[in-house]
Amino acid sequence: MDVFLEAVPLALDPYVLLIMLGAAVFGLFVGSIPGLTATMATALLVPMTFFMEPVPALAAIATTVAMAIFAGDIPGALLRIPGTPASAAYVDEAFNMTQKGQAELALGTSLVCAVIGGLFGTLVLATLAPVLADFALNFSSFEYFWLACLGLSCAVVVSTGSTVKGLVSLLIGLLISTVGIDIMAGYPRFTFGSVELMGGISFIPAMIGMFAISEVLRYVTTTEAPLAVPQQAIRSIFSGLGAILRRYKLNIARGSVIGTAVGILPGAGADIAAWIAYAISKRFSREPERFGKGHVEGLTDAGAANNAGLGGAWVPAIVFGIPGDSITAIVIGVLYMKGMNPGPTVFLNDPQLIYAVFIAFFIANIALLPLGFLAIRSSRQILRVPRNVLMPVILMFCVVGAFAINNTSFGIMVMLCLGILAYLMEENGFPVAPTILGIVLGGMLEQNFMTSMIKARGDFLVFFERPIAGVLGVVTILVWLMVIAGALRRGIKAKPEAEAAR
Amino acid sequence: MRFNDAIIGGVIIAFALAMMLYTLTFPTMPGQAYGPDLFPLVIGAGMVLCGLALVVRGLRAGDALMALGPWAEDRSHLINLALVPGVLLFYVGLSDFLGFVITSVIVLTVLLLRFGVARRTTFIIAPVTTLFIHTVFAKLLLVPLPWGLLLPIAW
Repeated sequence: MDVFLEAVPLALDPYVLLIMLGAAVFGLFVGSIPGLTATMATALLVPMTFFMEPVPALAAIATTVAMAIFAGDIPGALLRIPGTPASAAYVDEAFNMTQKGQAELALGTSLVCAVIGGLFGTLVLATLAPVLADFALNFSSFEYFWLACLGLSCAVVVSTGSTVKGLVSLLIGLLISTVGIDIMAGYPRFTFGSVELMGGISFIPAMIGMFAISEVLRYVTTTEAPLAVPQQAIRSIFSGLGAILRRYKLNIARGSVIGTAVGILPGAGADIAAWIAYAISKRFSREPERFGKGHVEGLTDAGAANNAGLGGAWVPAIVFGIPGDSITAIVIGVLYMKGMNPGPTVFLNDPQLIYAVFIAFFIANIALLPLGFLAIRSSRQILRVPRNVLMPVILMFCVVGAFAINNTSFGIMVMLCLGILAYLMEENGFPVAPTILGIVLGGMLEQNFMTSMIKARGDFLVFFERPIAGVLGVVTILVWLMVIAGALRRGIKAKPEAEAAR
Repeated sequence: MRFNDAIIGGVIIAFALAMMLYTLTFPTMPGQAYGPDLFPLVIGAGMVLCGLALVVRGLRAGDALMALGPWAEDRSHLINLALVPGVLLFYVGLSDFLGFVITSVIVLTVLLLRFGVARRTTFIIAPVTTLFIHTVFAKLLLVPLPWGLLLPIAW
């Protein structure tokens, strides 16, 4: 309780609140523009947080993401284009409601469910994280090795597209993390005599390249027509909303729980939470035939789930240092930068800081209600901002952001190279998120792997000797076996099909 | 730019093998069985396996070896695609000499005009954005953005 009282003034500091307000406006703007994702918003924000104290830095990220994930629903409902991938699950549903003249109802439901889901996710984060951290204090390098393996494996399995490509993406990230001075022997690896590579590939320019430069490259090669501006005027958002919330209160609760649980799972984030919640909503609905035709029920589940997932994803990130999605991967990078190394000890060393971040999380989700309302009201103006103006401006922000970390042009080169890499990867169906997880987790994974190998003297059975490590190890290997079995089954199936096609 | 999985797999295998060969130059730690080469070797082995899987898949699917997107037929898209790395390299090469303000105005003007923004808008947006970024990063966050030619009149 004392810690909590210490945390309150840290979070309610006017400076922090002002930063959060700025972050909120930024998040709502970026989230509402199709093609600019919540991850990109975080990537563009991180160079600024570099110069802040830990609490405002993390509060800014939490606020931006919560706002951006909701705002992604706005173009989804008005233009049938999800603003962020987390809105993709129910974009047809929301757009069909708009065509029936219910745009206000769709957006109002999304907003209120997002607030409720977000608050629930935060509540779980604030109560579960300290308990888990207490438990995790006993973990040794073996447990952390397996946890990192499990998290990365899940990230590969749930990544979009083929598992092999997800794995390649992860391995690229891990390899990038090995560049620079080796942690065990102090030997400079893959530096080719470059002094700047000795410090390793900084994660901020890498991330800006992979999530922002790649997006700019995709924009300049797109042959699609520019976006239409929605025509419908937005009237009262809250009329008729009370009845819907009362009617579907169990759906909202279910969506919140599912979203938080999916968020906590390493590797899965808000977008997957929304897909699962929407599918479950349809499966257990009394009127499944109305789904996909502009029925509000799925919106209540999935709208709550994606915002609930955000809080959930912070649980493994803070407690174990293992990110749930690419956004929390960035958060972990920021925590390391701030000297608040994620892991259970963060609750021993700086508990007031972590609790202040939790409080900021609550404030952000409550502030989503009025600010989201304003964003819906001004959505036509936001969607009118031309992208040919936006993209050069974003590019310039990227340049300065990548430069600002070490104050050298080297960061800009890293950003450019990884931006081109990410663009080529996505063009060829390789998901990018595992790469960023690999870059962030590579050092920790290698350190725990090497420590464990040296402790075990090469005997791999020792990796399973401690009970929790054993369970985690077996689960990880089961995940691997499932993937391999699935691939083989598909391989055998694909062969006759391919032959039949000839 | 889409390549057949077999080509990508081949490139990955070649890259991984070269990387693994390079790790042979890493020193071993005295008295330790595992040195700085172990982790890269594990990664390399994984890449070779994935590369093989991609080669098998690509050959089986029998797609074209390489397919360019619809943008590749259009010169203006190609120029745009080359322009993004181009302006970044221009910035890296000349920002120390010209200074952030001048380089940024040039980069923004070129990109905005190229993307079809009206001239009048461009000539407002390029300097305003530059001054905004300069104020936020150089003045508020104290990032030492280079002054270059403008050093005598630095503000």
